[in-house]
Amino acid sequence: MTPLLEVTDLTVEFPTRRGTLRALDQVSFSIGAGEVLGVVGESGAGKSLTGAAIIGLLQPPGRIAGGTIRLEGERIDTLPPDRLRRIRGRRIGTIFQDPLTTLNPLYTIGRQLTETMRTHLPISESEARDRAIGWLDQVGIPAAAHRIDAYPHEFSGGMRQRVVIALALCAEPRLVVADEPTTALDVSVQAQIITLLKRLTRDHGTAVMLITHDMGVIAETADRVAVMYAGRIAEIGPVSDVIRNPAHPYSRGLMDSIPSMAHRAERLRQIDGAMPRLNAIPAGCAFNPRCPSVFDRCRSDRPVLLPAGNGQAACWLHG
Amino acid sequence: MGDTMTSPALLDVAGITQRFDVSKPWLQRLIAGDPIRVLRAIDDVSFSIAPGTTLSLVGESGCGKSTMARLAVGLYTPSEGSIRFAGQDLSAARAQPALRRRMNMIFQDPYASLNPRWLVTDIVAEPIRQFRLAQGKAAIRARVGALLTQVGLTAADGDKYPHEFSGGQRQRISIARALASEPDFLVCDEPTSALDVSVQAQILNLMKDLQRRLGLTYLFISHNLAVVRHMSDRLGVMYLGRIVELGAAETILRTPRHPYTRLLLDAIPDLDHIGRARTPVGGEVPSPIAPPPGCSFHPRCPLANDRCRQEKPRYTVVDGVQIACHAVEEGR
Ligand SMILES: Nc1ncnc2c1ncn2[C@@H]1O[C@H](COP(=O)(O)OP(=O)(O)OP(=O)(O)O)[C@@H](O)[C@H]1O
Ligand SMILES: Nc1ncnc2c1ncn2[C@@H]1O[C@H](COP(=O)(O)OP(=O)(O)O)[C@@H](O)[C@H]1O
Ligand code: SF4
Ligand code: SF4
Ligand SMILES: [Mg+2]
Ligand SMILES: [Mg+2]
Repeated sequence: MTPLLEVTDLTVEFPTRRGTLRALDQVSFSIGAGEVLGVVGESGAGKSLTGAAIIGLLQPPGRIAGGTIRLEGERIDTLPPDRLRRIRGRRIGTIFQDPLTTLNPLYTIGRQLTETMRTHLPISESEARDRAIGWLDQVGIPAAAHRIDAYPHEFSGGMRQRVVIALALCAEPRLVVADEPTTALDVSVQAQIITLLKRLTRDHGTAVMLITHDMGVIAETADRVAVMYAGRIAEIGPVSDVIRNPAHPYSRGLMDSIPSMAHRAERLRQIDGAMPRLNAIPAGCAFNPRCPSVFDRCRSDRPVLLPAGNGQAACWLHG
Repeated sequence: MGDTMTSPALLDVAGITQRFDVSKPWLQRLIAGDPIRVLRAIDDVSFSIAPGTTLSLVGESGCGKSTMARLAVGLYTPSEGSIRFAGQDLSAARAQPALRRRMNMIFQDPYASLNPRWLVTDIVAEPIRQFRLAQGKAAIRARVGALLTQVGLTAADGDKYPHEFSGGQRQRISIARALASEPDFLVCDEPTSALDVSVQAQILNLMKDLQRRLGLTYLFISHNLAVVRHMSDRLGVMYLGRIVELGAAETILRTPRHPYTRLLLDAIPDLDHIGRARTPVGGEVPSPIAPPPGCSFHPRCPLANDRCRQEKPRYTVVDGVQIACHAVEEGR
């Protein structure tokens, strides 16, 4: 069966005066229909760029320098911008950290919902309005029929993010790319939004690429998880394996550094050092200067994703 | 109500309230006939911190954590109540350099809190010069070098500018600067919230090491309960300007009794709950300009009744923990 989304050897570069920076280096993964793939990693690891490349919103001078992106078997990385714009919205919905980047402050939320639906679905204005009320209701906006004519600024941050979810799902896309959808929200509201996103995408069979640096959110939401480091995928596998029994030394370090609610340690385990900048990525394995298990081969040969447990890890310990 | 504590406190906060005037400008108000609007950012808060220990405040955005932080180092004078530091009234203490030297603050945003045009050496040396803790260029440089080394940087890093460092390294610079005046009390306002978890672990470990070595006292502010659990001896949970639960961190986190504390604990996505399905509590924090009457948590509380809607709950002490909740008091 072809996966819903298939990314193969995706490479993204930024030409600069001091040479070309490779921000994504041969990133490969797939997402099945109805599946939630979590993408984690520290800031600068390349999570957002991966999402932006898939939805065709890479900011120039950033460009795809290699690899392919296929949606339901069809290549979308080479499509002209107007075709891609139609796919985004119809077949791919997007949710970003700040709802105000998605919502137009000058239009009522009802108008934004009906326009999105009418651009992509063959329905009448009144049908679109009915559905818009239905969506607002589904995302938990009280008195939806009444609130539909309100403007974005009349809503709280949590309510706005609910509207953005309605907007991302209303054209019934097959895939939603959500980049840090709860990072700007309060803890109690985060829980509401994650629960909502999980329920709606399951009910509608929508696949989700959930980008976040919050492992807790991934643990509760994702089926599989990809851990990124320095523009590459370090490990990808079922969420319980990656969290409980990580195969890559970086994922292990990452999990160990998270303070736990369950048990208290005097010190947290820490990975010394920092992720390298793009212009100073070491040869071989990008993690080798910080890796407690490093050996000779790691300094010269770059590991590819190799089978490890129920998933894959880019690490020579599995080679 | 006083806080139950055994050893004499380094910081003693007694019944403080902080009001802000958030009215429109007076002319506009006059024309539109708008009333004066007052926001009560801190509402009758009391707690104390024993030397060498950490008290944390947790709560969601806007509940008054940063306002409390600023009050605790004397950057605001409370509208009501008093704060004593080392036995002296803080409003008077601020005027005395000898006492001011003993307290400092670390902020969330290591980007905004460091002057981008200054060399790191000058940033860290500023408090040393201000309080005349070392005399002469060489002595000051040596002291700055020692401070940078203490926070895991090198003396040579002093010759760089803040933008040459990563977020975690900048937070180390902030800590070095905060330690430069040789304080015994640090207020840390979300010191790791802008950092990645792996960097957060480095900074939290550093802060604990420094506390142990230098006998520091911390007021630690965060919205992350797992971080708070790791750092704190005692804990205060804030909601809309009030402390709703206050006591030993372990006790509160093991047996949360206030409905809001329970909500917060339940809301944290956790690595131990893979695939958890849950029914989160609805609603958001209301505006502090017109907080709900009675217990301000009542619109979101599953246990709210008529009394909660009318009467502000007072503290009930259970297991050494103070809880402001009628249901707890009534044993419901
Ligand atoms: N100088 C000020 N003037 C007017 N209102 C203020 C001022 N400082 C804070 N407030 C208000 O007081 C309340 C508490 O603010 P505070 O910054 O202490 O919250 P916080 O708990 O630190 O929130 P966050 O988690 O977002 O940092 C908020 O409603 C805020 O808007
Ligand atoms: N316009 C740009 N020019 C140069 N480098 C960029 C640009 N945008 C992003 N990058 C770099 O690409 C890398 C990945 O960025 P990003 O995908 O935003 O990371 P994440 O979302 O994981 O935090 C980072 O090193 C970032 O600095
Ligand atoms: S390839 Fe080598 S350096 Fe890289 S993570 Fe594996 S063991 Fe460590
Ligand atoms: S006082 Fe009443 S409304 Fe407030 S937390 Fe307790 S039970 Fe809930
Ligand atoms: Mg990002
Ligand atoms: Mg704050």
